[in-house]
Amino acid sequence: MALLSYEAKYRVRGGTLIGGDLFDFWVGPFYVGFFGITTIFFSLLGTLLIIYGAAIGPTWALFKISINPPPISYGLGWAPLADGGLWQIITICALGAFCSWALRQVEIARKLGIGLHVPFAFSAAIFAYASLVVFRPMLLGAWGYGFPYGIMSHLDWVSNVGYQYLHFHFNPAHMIAVTCFFTTTFMLAMHGGEILSATNPGKGKTLKADLHESVYFRDTITYSIGELGIHRLGYFLAINAGVWSAICILISGPFWTRGWPYFMSFYLNLPIWDAYGFSGF
Amino acid sequence: MARFHTLYNAIQVTGPVEDELPIEGSTFGGRVGKPFHSKLLGLIGETQVFPVYLGITGMLSLVCGFIAIEIIGLNFLAAVDWNVVRFIKMLPFLAIQPPPAKYGLTLFPPLAEGGWWLLAGFFLTASILLWWVRMYRRARALGMGTHVAWAFASAIWLYLVLGFIRPICMGSWSEAVPFGIVEHLNWTATFSVRYGNLYYNPFHMLSIVFLYGSTLLFAMHGGTVLSVAPFGGEREAHEISDRGTSVERAGCFWRWTMGFNANFESIHRWIYWFAILTTITGGIGILITGTLVDNWFLWGVKHGIAAEYAPIAGRPDILPPGMIKLPSLATPEGFR
Repeated sequence: MALLSYEAKYRVRGGTLIGGDLFDFWVGPFYVGFFGITTIFFSLLGTLLIIYGAAIGPTWALFKISINPPPISYGLGWAPLADGGLWQIITICALGAFCSWALRQVEIARKLGIGLHVPFAFSAAIFAYASLVVFRPMLLGAWGYGFPYGIMSHLDWVSNVGYQYLHFHFNPAHMIAVTCFFTTTFMLAMHGGEILSATNPGKGKTLKADLHESVYFRDTITYSIGELGIHRLGYFLAINAGVWSAICILISGPFWTRGWPYFMSFYLNLPIWDAYGFSGF
Repeated sequence: MARFHTLYNAIQVTGPVEDELPIEGSTFGGRVGKPFHSKLLGLIGETQVFPVYLGITGMLSLVCGFIAIEIIGLNFLAAVDWNVVRFIKMLPFLAIQPPPAKYGLTLFPPLAEGGWWLLAGFFLTASILLWWVRMYRRARALGMGTHVAWAFASAIWLYLVLGFIRPICMGSWSEAVPFGIVEHLNWTATFSVRYGNLYYNPFHMLSIVFLYGSTLLFAMHGGTVLSVAPFGGEREAHEISDRGTSVERAGCFWRWTMGFNANFESIHRWIYWFAILTTITGGIGILITGTLVDNWFLWGVKHGIAAEYAPIAGRPDILPPGMIKLPSLATPEGFR
């Protein structure tokens, strides 16, 4: 079960970043490696701490469990375990696990002789997470500005922090991030649909490939970006969705303290409008 | 070292334009536009632009879309007394509102009171539906599957729920989204708060899962294909029917990383369903808001998913006038 028909010839030694041959083996389908060991360590410890936090908390209802960051009064110091200290250790575990996972992807990519595009994209997601629970709290001066770990409580946090700035849609970086999310999904639907339509043309019809894909989009929307291009575009949009999400929350608080609608008033107050006699709203 | 040369074309080779494929079935207008090569587009994708198929549904769609944009644009201009500078300045804030609630589902309210909104909505919808027919028929004319058209249909579903189906269920066009850049954002925020915060809505949750999941999957899929591009991995349709080393390396990468891998065909089924489920679930979430559920927070309290928080020390237990004290926060058991 563990091996695909073609897999054996790819299972070769080498490509590791740390540990030489020591952890250079597979368990079932999984590659282990030094970073596989650290991934297991961090994710296991973090998960157990979440379960411990739930056990000393008020509820076992899955949607209500919440591991909260320390109160603001602890600033950037350590907090007692039951008062946010768990959240601090879990955050370290999460970052340790995510970074281990990315480095393990690097080792696997090196072993297979392929590019590092996947771990690079994953680092954008890690950056967004670290912005929320490390960089922004550090800029604001208290770990209490991180988000709580709970299914509903993290949604409450997103909503509450959004309304602290009155109307988050007016945050320009948020606008870019949302646009990237929607456009990525839009492009993904077109790409998935296109490949499926070429390879599933219907009973009795010939399989289609690149030329038909290009002509379909040229026929309908004048331009086809091509087989390589669509993956560049999707990769670029998806990474930007994560990076601009990180930027939009990093600037909220540390660099802009008022409601986001007020930020946009700069546009209405541009001197050029005065020249035409249309100042203000 | 890492091969990031796959991020753009350092060298562009241009040859003759690609062959045109025969069109099956009837044609109207045929293909138009003299093909040319664009160096700028060639940096990331193919260089060739045009020819484009004209066709009856495409042309009608463009005409309807043009009428809709004209109605919206001229209304905006009228709102600023036909002053072009004020139009440019106020463009983000200008909007056409749907008819006020008192008109219900009237088809012909006064033009200034939502009539223009109905007209613009009618032509925009006609344009979109005609474009759907075009996407469907072009696929058939090339002897391909109609998957792209059905993905488009799932987006149209969300559009129709927002502007047509839900307003009809609610009995008033006033429930629909206005046409305007800032106004549709205001509508979205207000809609969420009006119904007790939409993030307690399970279909809203699913829609976000699929939206973020789509972005995750495109980062994974795009990254995988770019990383095996030196082995020809971007030739997906060929690799599906004739597997090469690029597919095998891509498969091994994910199998070794997470114990499971898609193949070059099945990954496109994953991404297809993630993308179209974003708008399918989103549409369901909007449709049941206000029709079946009035307040998503109270729904969450009733079904035991709303998180509870310890009271903040020193906070007076007095609410501002007009605010209702939620029994759930004080005594969750009693509420159930």
